[in-house]
Amino acid sequence: MMAAPLLSVRNLTVQFKTDEGLITTVDNVSFNIAAGEVLGLVGESGSGKSVTAKALMKLNAGNTVYGPESSITLNLDDGPVDILSLQKAKDLKIVRGGAISMIFQEPMASFAPAITIGDQMVEQLLLHSAMNKKQARELSIEMLDRVGISDAGKRIDQYAFEFSGGMRQRAMIAMALSTKPKLLIADEPTTALDVTIQAQVIDLMKDLIGEFGMAILFITHDLGVIAQTADRVAVMYLGRVMETGSVREVIRTPAHPYTQGLLNALPKLDHLDEPLTPVPGDIPSPLERPDGCVFHTRCPKFIPGTCDTARPGEVSVSASHQAACVAVESVLEAVS
Amino acid sequence: MSIQDSHVWVNNLSVHFGVGKGFLGAGNVLKAVDEVSLEIPRGSFFGLVGESGSGKTTLGRAILKAAPISDGEVRYRDEDVEFDVAMMTKAELKEYRRRAQLIFQDPYAALSPRMTVRDIIAEPLEVMKLTKSRAETDERVREIAAKCRLNLEHLRRFPHAFSGGQRQRISIARALVCEPKFLVADESVAALDVSIQADILNLLKSLQKDMDITFLFISHDLSVVAHTCDYVAVMYLGAIVEMAPSRELFTAPKHPYTKALLSAIPSLDPDDRGRAQKLEGEIPSPLNKPSGCRFHTRCPVAVDRCSAEIPAWRELSTGHKVACHFAE
Repeated sequence: MMAAPLLSVRNLTVQFKTDEGLITTVDNVSFNIAAGEVLGLVGESGSGKSVTAKALMKLNAGNTVYGPESSITLNLDDGPVDILSLQKAKDLKIVRGGAISMIFQEPMASFAPAITIGDQMVEQLLLHSAMNKKQARELSIEMLDRVGISDAGKRIDQYAFEFSGGMRQRAMIAMALSTKPKLLIADEPTTALDVTIQAQVIDLMKDLIGEFGMAILFITHDLGVIAQTADRVAVMYLGRVMETGSVREVIRTPAHPYTQGLLNALPKLDHLDEPLTPVPGDIPSPLERPDGCVFHTRCPKFIPGTCDTARPGEVSVSASHQAACVAVESVLEAVS
Repeated sequence: MSIQDSHVWVNNLSVHFGVGKGFLGAGNVLKAVDEVSLEIPRGSFFGLVGESGSGKTTLGRAILKAAPISDGEVRYRDEDVEFDVAMMTKAELKEYRRRAQLIFQDPYAALSPRMTVRDIIAEPLEVMKLTKSRAETDERVREIAAKCRLNLEHLRRFPHAFSGGQRQRISIARALVCEPKFLVADESVAALDVSIQADILNLLKSLQKDMDITFLFISHDLSVVAHTCDYVAVMYLGAIVEMAPSRELFTAPKHPYTKALLSAIPSLDPDDRGRAQKLEGEIPSPLNKPSGCRFHTRCPVAVDRCSAEIPAWRELSTGHKVACHFAE
């Protein structure tokens, strides 16, 4: 029997109550994250990746309905925490900045504009640790220094608007890591950054993974960023996990037609002559979720009568690689 | 290349904005575009890349006379007419607008939510009085909508009913309905998902062939530019640092900044986790430009000379120009 994973998400279903009815954004999603593992969550807009991440902290808005069979368990040293059953703000502290921290996409919007960076960093340390103000400030300066902000002792008393985009994201990372979380959720942490700054932040995150040893749920739409950072990857589409596996297997030998389509649609610098192959059609509206496999409306391997009626089960491609597609076996034959 | 072969010809173009003009002081001058020269060949897909703050959008807008031209020249040449864009009269500007159009970045912000798709696409025709009757307008709208692969049923709907990719096709149809010959596409696929992005790029390519359009394609995404453009210019802090035919630029970049940009693209190979050739620091403020070569503060090969002497804009081989003391 293997040790319980750090995080176990089982049959997570998230729906939102809206004027137009119940909208399903995450549909029966299950995955594990082991301690120290980096799991990449890839998907296009509307795939439910951010909603999944927010569910881990119960940060979804008040009109959220979690499915009755959904469970999210965080296994800590002093026992498992059933995250979805947490109700009071006091209890939620453990997953909101305690054992789980989060880095957001837009670093300008995630810092309060009228409070210094330092005060914000100190405040969360006071909430989540036994430190006093002086210790918290010292640790904050040390962390800012660690993420490469020069003159951290002075910078700590500045406001977010005095930082550049890349520095704000570094400060965000410093702040998220200062509480020594077991799990870090990084929601598109490099998307708003320029490519040279993105490379710096990715390098920094790689260093910190080695140094702090926390597990990371790395959410992005960019497969290149995933290839550079993650151990395992889960590909989401319209609230469903289409394919999971080790980064190497999923990127080199994608089994699901959606993952294959995504990789083919990506412009690659070393194959300049290859034409770009778009995934046909548009992402359906969340109000009109396709029956059966949610991808069948755009799938080149669509089998009428099968894909549009039954939801495909998970097929193992290898011990560490699964895809939810009935055509997987024939896909593999076509490859070999 | 002379002005004869080029569709758009830009010579020493500068765009300056006054900032912080105070009660007494003269304020600072922000040089968003600083003495840029380039030629866009007729019928080409010309890429303009750079990080945020490099001035690529401002340059694109100045060429369309949608940003103030402080100094320098922009010439637009069609079969029968030539415009000196900085010096145009009102009547000329009207005619220029028909020939040179813009596609915006964000398909969600660019379309009025209160107009039907038909009205959005028809508006340029009505404003410029290019059609004589409503029937003719409808005919032109239907024609361009079909070319942009829009379902004709959709013309009666409002933009909120459409996804990002469909909206972008509506914006493209609006830009093309007056049959322009020159289009500035400013980050036109940046807001789209990967699976949709390829579709829009292919559409732009096929429209270019069909309608014989010259494109200025502005993007921060080098791999997208590599796949679509014939020529590429790389901008940094308001100036072009390298310009070459696309294949040459991506296979044999000469400027250290271009090299750094290319190596910063995350590799799709999980076993290639080497460090990107690292650029230290961030792009300096355009209000406080470094002396000499504007890239020297971040350049991995900079020497003393770079902070003192502005590098000349040299042609290394046919069509491949670079502004660096050491490129060869």
